[in-house]
Amino acid sequence: MGGMKTDRVNDFALKIGTVNGTGSASANGLIMQSIFRMGVPVSGKNVFPSNIQGLPTWYEIRVNGSGHVARTPDFDLIVAMNPETYARDIEELVPGGWLLYDSSWPMADTLRREEVIFLGVPLAEMCVKAFDGGRTRILMKNIAYTGALAALLDIDMAVIRGLLEETFGEQKRHLLEANFEAIRLGYDYAAENFECPLPIRLEGMDATRESILIDGNTAAALGCVYAGATVAAWYPITPSTSLVDAFTAYCRRLRVEEETGRSRAAILQAEDELAAAGITIGAGWAGARAFTATSGAGISLMTEFIGLAYYAEVPCVFFDVERVGPSTGMPTRTQQGDILLCAYASHGDTKHVCLYPKDPAECFEFSVQAFDLAERFQTPVFVLSDLDIGMNDWVVPRFRWDDEYRPDRGKVLDAEALAEIETFYRYLDVDRDGIPYRTIPGEDPKGAYFTRGSGHTKYGKYTEDPDEYQEVVDRIAEKIDRAAEAVPRPEIRTRPDARYGLVTLGGCDGAVREAIERMEAEDGIRLDYMRIRGFPFAPEVGGFIEAHDLNIVIEQNRDAQLKSLLTLETPASKERLTSVLRYGGLPLSARHVIAGVKDRLGLAAETAEGVSA
Amino acid sequence: MTYIAKPRVFHPSLDKNELGLTRRDYEGVMSTLCAGCGHDSVTAALIEAAWELAIPTHRAAKMSGIGCSSKTTAYFMSESHGFNSVHGRMPSVASGANAANRDLVYIGVSGDGDSLSIGLGQLCHAVRRNLNLLYIIENNGVYGLTKGQFSASADMGSKSKRGVPNEQPPIDPALLGLSIGATFVARGFSGDKNQLVPIIKAGIRHPGLALVDVISPCVTFNDHVGSTKSYAYTREHFREAVEAAFVAPKDFVPPADEITADIRSADVRDVPMHDGSVIRFRQVEGDYDATDRDAVYGYLRERQNAGEVPTGLLYVDPESRDLHDVLGTVDRPLWNLPFEELCPGADALDALMENYR
Ligand SMILES: Cc1ncc(C[n+]2csc(CCOP(=O)(O)OP(=O)(O)O)c2C)c(N)n1
Ligand code: SF4
Ligand SMILES: [Mg+2]
Repeated sequence: MGGMKTDRVNDFALKIGTVNGTGSASANGLIMQSIFRMGVPVSGKNVFPSNIQGLPTWYEIRVNGSGHVARTPDFDLIVAMNPETYARDIEELVPGGWLLYDSSWPMADTLRREEVIFLGVPLAEMCVKAFDGGRTRILMKNIAYTGALAALLDIDMAVIRGLLEETFGEQKRHLLEANFEAIRLGYDYAAENFECPLPIRLEGMDATRESILIDGNTAAALGCVYAGATVAAWYPITPSTSLVDAFTAYCRRLRVEEETGRSRAAILQAEDELAAAGITIGAGWAGARAFTATSGAGISLMTEFIGLAYYAEVPCVFFDVERVGPSTGMPTRTQQGDILLCAYASHGDTKHVCLYPKDPAECFEFSVQAFDLAERFQTPVFVLSDLDIGMNDWVVPRFRWDDEYRPDRGKVLDAEALAEIETFYRYLDVDRDGIPYRTIPGEDPKGAYFTRGSGHTKYGKYTEDPDEYQEVVDRIAEKIDRAAEAVPRPEIRTRPDARYGLVTLGGCDGAVREAIERMEAEDGIRLDYMRIRGFPFAPEVGGFIEAHDLNIVIEQNRDAQLKSLLTLETPASKERLTSVLRYGGLPLSARHVIAGVKDRLGLAAETAEGVSA
Repeated sequence: MTYIAKPRVFHPSLDKNELGLTRRDYEGVMSTLCAGCGHDSVTAALIEAAWELAIPTHRAAKMSGIGCSSKTTAYFMSESHGFNSVHGRMPSVASGANAANRDLVYIGVSGDGDSLSIGLGQLCHAVRRNLNLLYIIENNGVYGLTKGQFSASADMGSKSKRGVPNEQPPIDPALLGLSIGATFVARGFSGDKNQLVPIIKAGIRHPGLALVDVISPCVTFNDHVGSTKSYAYTREHFREAVEAAFVAPKDFVPPADEITADIRSADVRDVPMHDGSVIRFRQVEGDYDATDRDAVYGYLRERQNAGEVPTGLLYVDPESRDLHDVLGTVDRPLWNLPFEELCPGADALDALMENYR
């Protein structure tokens, strides 16, 4: 065996190329989960087409003992199960890397590349011999590569077996045995024919004991359950659909009234996103914790309603699981392209509270906070995650819950409180903090008021008077500004003597932090770090920018939206800000951050190729 | 100060309903619509119906979109919450409110522009969702608030004020409602309060979406000769298909209730509703059956082809299952379920985490 000479234990990346709709998802999940169970930090990224069956799809796994599991474009091993993508897959291997392919059919010589080691396993052939039925054979072929990988990478077979037992249980023993047999076929073949394990291999660790493997949409849905949300409205759109699916599944389990079997939540699949927004706003107005989940195209449709909720001051929560825009864009690829859209959604003067989770753990945490903020500030709140966070499984710390938590319902006057006051006026700034009192329909005649998106006075009456109008919108502006103190604070990490700052948000976190560590270790460049977690910006945000000669804002969109927002919404001067942007639809990787940052700092980039890759 | 306080004027009837409230208690702020606008008569009918039904004023929620018609919600029941939302989107806002609090009486008021053009999709899907909502369309064949453009309910050949005929076929909310499963379809005329009040009462009590198309002439832009939505035209072509009255459940109606007096003939058929109330029909047309969807549809087509405007409580589905029946939600309003019932707590979360290992 050639390839890399030095052992790279728990530090490599592999990629599995298959055809979608062939059951490879469960095989890939099995590999990922096995590595996780072995206690080794890992990430898995699905790179899939916007199609149901028959197109190329990839699954990328990165293993890193020190916890750097952001995507890397440098693959050490590729499992090429789709002849259609052989050429591209071979191309993407690092020099000295391995290509595992199905050698039931010969590989064209023209595809061979000098510095790549080809590992042929006759997967189809073996499965045809061992199993009956076309569909079964295809499924088993995909499971069998798991076995070959287990031998090559030293994945613990006992862990694999254990996971299969959990999946199939006693009832489906025959399926368990069939799957395990396929895995065995792959394992034995690799063990007999190749020098196993490869220098890239796994070794059990204890780094994931307190972690879970979960995707951001499931996590956000769980947050909604825990926050006490009772109304959800939505219209299907990738990559947000699984958020409502997960909420529905949790409600079936956790929100059923025992005596009657009835549900403590109403989930409405609306006719479109306009209606989904309307339902959410109607429910928020009527007193429920309500949310909708969508992606950019949906937010575009919702914008008129968002302005209504802002101006009429109705609490409601919007999850925007971003995907590549504009228009339909690339629906199954990730991007941070809705930062400006959400910050100012709707016509006229509007500004919205936004939260930017970095991973599923923050999706859980922020979704609870979103409802509190929405009710405290009586306004729409946006949680912006993205396809990578929302749909991929991440290793994150176990979620914890404090039973002391009580929802912050904000300033709501019930019948008792209304009895204490002379007259109730909906938009009066009684406490001089910009936040008026609201009442819930049906509670008390004294609390009745007329909600409108047309001009209104602080008393809630219709107006076209300039001063009366301005008085209310000015107060709302003040209210939203105050939310800066209430949104999650930025995460700031400083290094002694660092002159430059890297600023980012959301799912860029892993890649940027890895880049910072590597640049310090490899090039002696020290960089400070700020990850923004909420908008309006907390005071520290502007302070951080002022404190650095140059701030490089790293984000996943073409137009430097976060940077624009920073120039608009902090006192920081434009000259202190520059950008590194990646927006092609794949999650950010440290390599690109390093290349971009070095370029901005006037240092030689790794290689010219490195920048453009 | 653009808000006009309503002067306390003598009201013809200071009778009290069983809650001890007078009609005055069901009024709203003073209307700012044009004098003679049909919509104000609908307001009057709504006040009458709500008073007769003795709805506790704060237990109603008034929902609307945008348009002259949608302003109606400000002109009745000032002790109810009202929501004047955005153009064409009342149905979704009402759906959300209803999902959150199933216990309120939802009164939705919209226009033909609001519901048949920009909001046509929302109307249809609210009908399909069958939320418990009275859905009134104040239908004048034009966009009043934007100064008289034809709406989607304008009949073929109906002339604009400048004499230009409409050449696009109309969308008829009653036929539309029937074709997509509406469980209550009625048509009234703002000029006939006697017919409209019982329809509204039945619609409010109907456990589902009650679609009520009310021909409500726009005196400013569509009341001229040549218009098929004028007072004169409607009076002339008005045809009552069936006469209906709403009879409240026995337990909350005093025995000698006047409601039955709404029915002018003894030739009646009672259709019992879920909640114990009854809709009493008097046959005007010999074999008209207001529970036979297809027959009603056919009848409407036939009479409309003959140039008539068939009115009345045209169709009702006594088996109506509303949004909450279909969703299988708990009996209590969702918005104020105790937090302990909603949040599974720390131990449950710990247990749940094992699924993600
Ligand atoms: C998004 C949007 N587009 C256009 C308008 C302008 N607009 C206000 S009311 C209206 C038509 C109302 O017609 P209808 O519902 O029939 O009410 P009417 O005034 O006739 O009672 C229009 C087009 C608006 N308010 N919002
Ligand atoms: S313009 Fe027409 S619809 Fe509007 S208030 Fe005047 S009469 Fe009524
Ligand atoms: Mg109209």
